[in-house]
Amino acid sequence: MAKKVFSRPKSLKEVINHYCPGCGHSIAHRLIAEVIDELDIRGITIGVPPAGCAVLAYFYIDVDMLEAQHGRGPATATGIKRALPDRVVFSYQGDGDLAAIGMAESFHAANRGENITVFFMNNAVYGMTGGQMAPTTMVDQKTTTTLAGRNRITEGYPVKVCELFSSLKGTTYIERCTVNSPANVNKTKKAIKKAFQCQMDGLGFSLVEILSPCPTNWKMSPIDSCKWIDEVMSKEFPLGVFKDETGAAKKREEAAS
Amino acid sequence: MNKVLMSGNNIIGEAAIRAGCVFYAGYPITPQNELTEYMAEHMRNAPGGVFVQSESEVAAIHMIIGASAAGARVMTSSSSPGISLKQEGISSMAACELPGVIVNIMRGGPGLGNISPAQGDYFQATRGGGHGDYRTIVYGPATCQELADLTMHAFDQADKYRTPVMILADGMMGQMMEPVVFKKPKPREYSEKFMLRGAGTGKSRFIRGLILNVIEEEEHNWKLARKYQTIIDHERMHEEYKTEDAQLVIVSYGTSARIVKGAIKRLRDSGMKVGLFRPITLWPFPEPELRTLAKKVKNFLVFEMSTGQMLDDVRLALQGFADIGFHGRPGGVVPTPAELANVITRHYKTEILPKSEHLGLE
Repeated sequence: MAKKVFSRPKSLKEVINHYCPGCGHSIAHRLIAEVIDELDIRGITIGVPPAGCAVLAYFYIDVDMLEAQHGRGPATATGIKRALPDRVVFSYQGDGDLAAIGMAESFHAANRGENITVFFMNNAVYGMTGGQMAPTTMVDQKTTTTLAGRNRITEGYPVKVCELFSSLKGTTYIERCTVNSPANVNKTKKAIKKAFQCQMDGLGFSLVEILSPCPTNWKMSPIDSCKWIDEVMSKEFPLGVFKDETGAAKKREEAAS
Repeated sequence: MNKVLMSGNNIIGEAAIRAGCVFYAGYPITPQNELTEYMAEHMRNAPGGVFVQSESEVAAIHMIIGASAAGARVMTSSSSPGISLKQEGISSMAACELPGVIVNIMRGGPGLGNISPAQGDYFQATRGGGHGDYRTIVYGPATCQELADLTMHAFDQADKYRTPVMILADGMMGQMMEPVVFKKPKPREYSEKFMLRGAGTGKSRFIRGLILNVIEEEEHNWKLARKYQTIIDHERMHEEYKTEDAQLVIVSYGTSARIVKGAIKRLRDSGMKVGLFRPITLWPFPEPELRTLAKKVKNFLVFEMSTGQMLDDVRLALQGFADIGFHGRPGGVVPTPAELANVITRHYKTEILPKSEHLGLE
């Protein structure tokens, strides 16, 4: 009898998504769905999709979902988690959503150490609105609102969310990954699993930043987009674990109980 | 039941907790800080109670959205500038049909204005306030007892219609102390099918405000409109005071209406036939009731602590069937009953008496 080695995760709905060819969102969705299956938490997970390209995530990921207003995901997720502490709650956000209009909500949810998980899709542009400058746009990167490239004098510098949030005492697990190669996809899945596990163990705020290709707005082929992440984006946004206090938090938890 | 002496802001907090509010998020702003502080102190003792001091007004409203979707009874409170910030979330609650209570202890505006009692947020409260085609049920309490009763009622109404409900009071109502009796709250009636609590082994669900298909969004708008019409038809509340023989009726709400009552006592002592029509629901406005009153009363005077906002609703209700005067004190000024009595006397002498003499009514 043939052994089944690959199938659609149960927590991913069987529909055609609206993402552009080469986009990182669909990979991230699939990874989240795979991890939800593996941890067997579909029935207790509540997701909070953002305003942005992933606004329709509730059509794709098969868990209960409450759509947030632009940038307010971590506040909305705080409300859900505080009301239902035994559920697994995640917010899924883009760079404009998390690091511009919703910086206050994400920063303070992290600082309070809310026991939620944030998936942060960084593609260095506002994707859904057509490729305007994002808080994470590279210096000199051309966008529809920085035609000559982002000018550091007038537009400042890319916001480094992992570096910033890992400095907050309230956070427990912070990692930056990417989905531009099979190896990196596997690493991202591990990070997603670790983040969910951190929450399920009651250890506090977890965030996984995913550098995500946006061929449409970068005006590159999918392959060139993946290369650009290696050659440019990950130089500005180095990959890796920025903070992992799950071990220490677990010890504290055990000592307290 | 025990009668206790409490300040308005504390009464709202106590009534909310007794009504089963288990999630409160708020941000400090004068003149409603006592309410946030009351919730901080007492919510922790309520079974399952959660208090969050949010980083902003915006975060507070979105926190209660999350908790409301999760099935909790929720409340947030603020004062005028803070309510402006919350409008994004209030619009979202209306769109997503999520229940919740929002308290506005109004202060002088526009802008930062000041921290004195005012009624300049009537338009913002009754016209929706945020973007899009929606309405918010709005209560305008005028006594501390009403603060307690209407706060409890607001939670029931929010659940019944799955919509945000606003308590529109002002700094005076928030700060004043009066004896109050907390009535027994009704048991909560809110179906689990509206709550997001994880799909379990069943089908997953979602709550969203984004509806890209215009025909679906149109139908959603009409669905909300039908709900608002039901509220208009069934939930109007008002009080009439000495209107039986009145030749002049003052239309006023909240703190203003208290001042009017004080003025009317003086005016009646001087033989002037003046009454009060006080809307308790500001939306839905008690339009038919006011219109009915206009069958026998032909002179109305609107008094508000604003430059004239409820005045528009009075005009819409009376539709030219009676004369409407206006007196306003915006910017945080609270006139005394004696001062208002003088204003009403002048109006009575110039508008009512000459006509009464002409008709041989004197």
